[in-house]
Amino acid sequence: MTSPRDIIRFLLPVVVLAAGLLLWEAIVRAYDIQPYVLPSPLLVLQTLVGDWDVLSQSLGVTLLTTLEGFVAAAVGGIALALLFNQSKWLEYSLFPYAVVLQVTPVIAIAPLLLIYLQQQTAVIVCAWIVAFFPVLSNTTLGLNSVDRNLSGLFQLYGASRLQTLLFLKLPGALPYILGGLRIAGGLSLIGAVVAEIAAGSAGAGSGLAFRIAESGYRLNIPRMFAALLLLSLAGIVIYGLLALVSHLLLRRWHESALGKES
Amino acid sequence: MASDTKAAAVRLRGVTKIYDTGVAALGPLDLDVISGEFVSLLGPSGCGKSTALRLIAGLSAPSAGTVELAHRGALRPGSHRIGFVFQEPTLMPWATVRDNVRLPFRLAHAPAADADVRIDQALDQVGLAEFADAYPRELSGGMKMRVSLARALVTDPDILLMDEPFAALDEITRFRLNNDLLTLWRSLHKTVIFVTHSVFESVYLSQRVIVMTARPGRIGAEFRITSPEPRGEAFRTSAEYAAFCREVSSALAPSYAGQPGA
Repeated sequence: MTSPRDIIRFLLPVVVLAAGLLLWEAIVRAYDIQPYVLPSPLLVLQTLVGDWDVLSQSLGVTLLTTLEGFVAAAVGGIALALLFNQSKWLEYSLFPYAVVLQVTPVIAIAPLLLIYLQQQTAVIVCAWIVAFFPVLSNTTLGLNSVDRNLSGLFQLYGASRLQTLLFLKLPGALPYILGGLRIAGGLSLIGAVVAEIAAGSAGAGSGLAFRIAESGYRLNIPRMFAALLLLSLAGIVIYGLLALVSHLLLRRWHESALGKES
Repeated sequence: MASDTKAAAVRLRGVTKIYDTGVAALGPLDLDVISGEFVSLLGPSGCGKSTALRLIAGLSAPSAGTVELAHRGALRPGSHRIGFVFQEPTLMPWATVRDNVRLPFRLAHAPAADADVRIDQALDQVGLAEFADAYPRELSGGMKMRVSLARALVTDPDILLMDEPFAALDEITRFRLNNDLLTLWRSLHKTVIFVTHSVFESVYLSQRVIVMTARPGRIGAEFRITSPEPRGEAFRTSAEYAAFCREVSSALAPSYAGQPGA
C-alpha cells in the first residue's frame, strides 16, 4: 500500500540529505578548508572505513553499556511502578525522589558517581538514571488507566490482586510501557555517552564518546565526525528496533499500531 | 427457600446508597424479583438504577438495608451466581473473543474441566461462533455487545444483570439484540434485571417494568406487561404494545419534571 504520497515522504528527506552533503563537500573543496577545521563528508566516510577497527570496538563498548543501562532502567522502572501501584504509601514516600533524580542534570552527577563507583558500574548507573524515569512514569500512568468497568468485572468474578495485575493491569499498561521503553532506549544511549565523556576526561574508557573526546584533544576532527555518525546511527537503530517490537506486540489490538484504513 | 418457582431470586429491603460526597443516590428501595422473571428498571439518567444493579452484583455496598440473593445450592466449578453486562461492551482489547469469554474461568478458583465446550456453546448462543478468534476492534458495536453477553452467560448464572446494554447501538441492531435476548431468556430460564431509559425497550422485553423516580431513586410505579410470550416484531407494532408504552410513559413523566431540557 505505497501511495505516491508515501514515496514522496520517504524521498524528500533523502533528497535533503544528499543536497546537504553535496553542498558541504562543495564548500570544503571551493574554499580549500583544512580537515582539522572541517573535514569533507567523503573524508569522514574514509575515516570511518579506515579507523573501523578502533571505532567498531568502541561502538561495541558503548552499545553494551547502553544495553545494560536500558535493561536496568526497564526492569527498575517497571518494578518500581508495580510496587507503587500496590502500595500508595511507598509511592508517596519515594516518587518525589525519582523526580529529583530525573530533573538533576546527569552530566553533573556523573563525576560524583565516578568517584564512588567503579568506572564500568558508574557508566551503567548513569545510563540507568537518565532512562528509568520515563519507564516509571509511563508504567504508572498505564497501571492507573485501567477501564473502570473491566475492574468491576474482575471484582465480580473474585479476581485476586495478582490475577488483576497479570490479566488486567499489565496488559492494559503495555502500550504505555512500550512508549516509555522507546524513550528510555534513546536516553540510555545519552546516559552512556555523558558518563563516558565524564570518565574520559578522568583518563580512562574506550567507548565512542571517549573516542570523540580523545580525537578532539588530538585535533583528529575527521574521526570525531566518524564517531559522531556512528553514535547517531546507533540511536536511530535503537529507536527503530524498539518501535518495531512495540508494533509487533500491539498490532492486533491497539489503536496506536493500526493503519489508517481501519 | 429454594425449589418453589415463586421464590424470590433477589430481595432488596430498605436499601439506600449515599455516596461519600453526601449525595443520596438511591432509596430506600424494596424490591423482590422472582426466579426466572424479566424485570426492567426504568428511569431518567442519574436516578440510581445503575447503582441498584451494582449493589445487587455486590460491586458496591449499600449504605443501609439488605441485599439478598437466593441460594441454588452448590455451584458447579466455574459457575457464578451473577452475570453482569455493562453499558459498554467492556472487553479486553488485547484478547480474542474466545479469551474474553474465557475470562470468568481464568479467574475462577475451581477450574472448569469443560470450559472449552461451554465457551463454544456461549458463543453459539449469541451467534458469534465464527468470530471466536477475532479481536474486539474487528467487531461492530452490536457484535461486541454479543461477546459481552456470551461472557456473562458462560458461567451459567442464575441472575443476569444488564446495565443499559444496548443504549449505544443503532435501532435496527438494538431490535435484533432485543429479540435474541428474549429468545435466550425463554430457553435458559434466567432471572433478568434490565436497566434502561427507554420506555419502548422496557415494555417490549419485560414481564414487569419498574419506573423509578429522580434522585434519590425510589420505585415510582410498577407495571405488569401481561402480553403473552413469545413476543416478536408483530408485538412491537401492536395496539397493545402502544397502550402499555403510553401508560408507562405517563408514569415516567413526573421523574423528568424539574429537569432542565426535559
